[in-house]
Amino acid sequence: MTVLDAPPSDLAPRVASADYEDFAIPLGREEEWRFTPLDAVRPFFAPAPDAGVLTAEPSEHVRVVDAADAPPAGWLPTDRSAAVAWSGATRTVVVDVADEAVVTDPIVVELRGSADVSYGRVQVRVGRHARATVVVVHDTTVDTAGALVTEVADGGDLTVLSVFGGSPTGTHLWHWPARVGRDARILAAQVVIGGRVVRVLPSVSYAGPGGSAELIGAFLADSGQHIEHRILVDHDQPHCSSRVVYKGALAGQTAHTVWVGDVIVRRAAVGIETYELNRNLLLDRGARADSVPNLELETGDVVSAGHASATGTFDEEQLFYLQARGIPANVARQLVVRGFFVDVLARIPEGRWRDHVLQAIADRLHLSGGDE
Amino acid sequence: MSTLVIDDLHAGVTTDAGHTEILRGVTLTVESGVTHAVMGPNGSGKSTLAYVIAGHPKYTVTSGSITLDGEDVLSMTVDQRARAGLFLAMQYPVEVPGVSVSNFLRTSATAVRGEAPKLRQWIGEMKSAMAGLQMDPAFAERNVNEGFSGGEKKRHEMLQLTLLKPKIAILDETDSGLDVDALRVVAEGYNAFREETGAGTLLITHYTRILRYIAPDVVHVFFDGRIVESGGRELADVLESEGYERFERTSA
Repeated sequence: MTVLDAPPSDLAPRVASADYEDFAIPLGREEEWRFTPLDAVRPFFAPAPDAGVLTAEPSEHVRVVDAADAPPAGWLPTDRSAAVAWSGATRTVVVDVADEAVVTDPIVVELRGSADVSYGRVQVRVGRHARATVVVVHDTTVDTAGALVTEVADGGDLTVLSVFGGSPTGTHLWHWPARVGRDARILAAQVVIGGRVVRVLPSVSYAGPGGSAELIGAFLADSGQHIEHRILVDHDQPHCSSRVVYKGALAGQTAHTVWVGDVIVRRAAVGIETYELNRNLLLDRGARADSVPNLELETGDVVSAGHASATGTFDEEQLFYLQARGIPANVARQLVVRGFFVDVLARIPEGRWRDHVLQAIADRLHLSGGDE
Repeated sequence: MSTLVIDDLHAGVTTDAGHTEILRGVTLTVESGVTHAVMGPNGSGKSTLAYVIAGHPKYTVTSGSITLDGEDVLSMTVDQRARAGLFLAMQYPVEVPGVSVSNFLRTSATAVRGEAPKLRQWIGEMKSAMAGLQMDPAFAERNVNEGFSGGEKKRHEMLQLTLLKPKIAILDETDSGLDVDALRVVAEGYNAFREETGAGTLLITHYTRILRYIAPDVVHVFFDGRIVESGGRELADVLESEGYERFERTSA
């Protein structure tokens, strides 16, 4: 067990360990679990007897190794289910982009689980002054838990897109820690459409000054879906920047989304810029979006620090305006929702994947009915 | 030749507190090629008439009928009405974030025409319609009504009208928020559309100013939810000099 020695903050985890016994079983009253449907996630609080592992097809930059032989991840789990998955995953998917390499085609990692409950360890490293785009496609046909650990070395540039597509089934608990080197840049985009209970914890830390992190998210929750994002950006280096923009649409009466955006600006983090935004669009009555931005400043010597959160219902006047121009209600609804996501989706650089996401959103809206 | 027939129309707003009647027996026929001006003071219900014809969900029709060439308009959805040939140019056009003008116009033209316009032909059509309204081509890439000035919003409404070519156009307070120069451009755009298509017009206005640019054939005075007097163009001049006081007295 490691007791983290950073100055205490209510927003940061206190313990990091691969041993799940180092974490008490969550009861649901803890701040970090209070929104989560515990019945769905409880099976992940102890190792499943017949758990499988998530692997992917090897390719030029992708290899699958025994977890014991994987390069050091530089990260340890910070909650019980993460520790169960981290210690239970027997294999590690390693994506490695060598120093100064420039990989133009996206590196695609399609995760496949070997059993109905599968644990995953994915480690992405982009070397010094290297540049790459990585697309991680999650397996939503089984229950999964794991960590996608990314490291961008000094001067590196990583775009990573993680997609939970497919049907609204299964429970998926993921940590997504990113470490950004000196003058390095990461654009981390997250799309969640599939999965019944999805809980993702993206986090960013900086290994040196001048790093930049942009976190982008688009999620669409249907009836019965619970989609939760807990973001932690920990600024402890000077002159870095972070920008977090997550947008969610809720279609269906029992859809529930949670967005918690924590930003800590520590005393050493002078001259930083940070901004976080969450917007949610409620398409149906009864849907519920929780949105909690937190900004903790330990220094006032910053360039800018801000956050915003807004949740609104579908605008009937917009729908009327579009329909009054002959556009059928279901098409009008799709236009408005696409419009809502457009600035977020524009940040997903790969045309094919952007189209894929747009199509998936359109398909899901069609499934959930519309008016015609 | 198209005819919009409104017959003894009663409509209002229904809330938990009950039904409030706003239209109290409106009877009016609008034919192709004829421009009807409906003038009335604030709160007379004239804009409600426009929105009831277009099918805004806020209003409930309690009795009476609206037909377009014999077809029952009241049984149509909002988009069906538009596809049948009705167009409401709105006083306060709505912002639609993230949806570009070009995407919006093409989607709407596709719906109204029943098939997607051929791309090359469409680009030409857009270009000439925008030029006619003195609009910068870059306008097409902006989001629908987002950050538009008052003049840009109304020109955008005229642009839609020009491209969708309705049978009957309803202009709701189109002159509000426009300076004289913008009003002239919008009115010229409208007159060109009217000449080209021979559409019928229902022009709803509080002020007579717009009637100097868009000449009406018939003027109706709208008061307390119904038409209380109809006449020729000269009726507008009477209203201009005397205001609505006369009707306030007769109605009381």
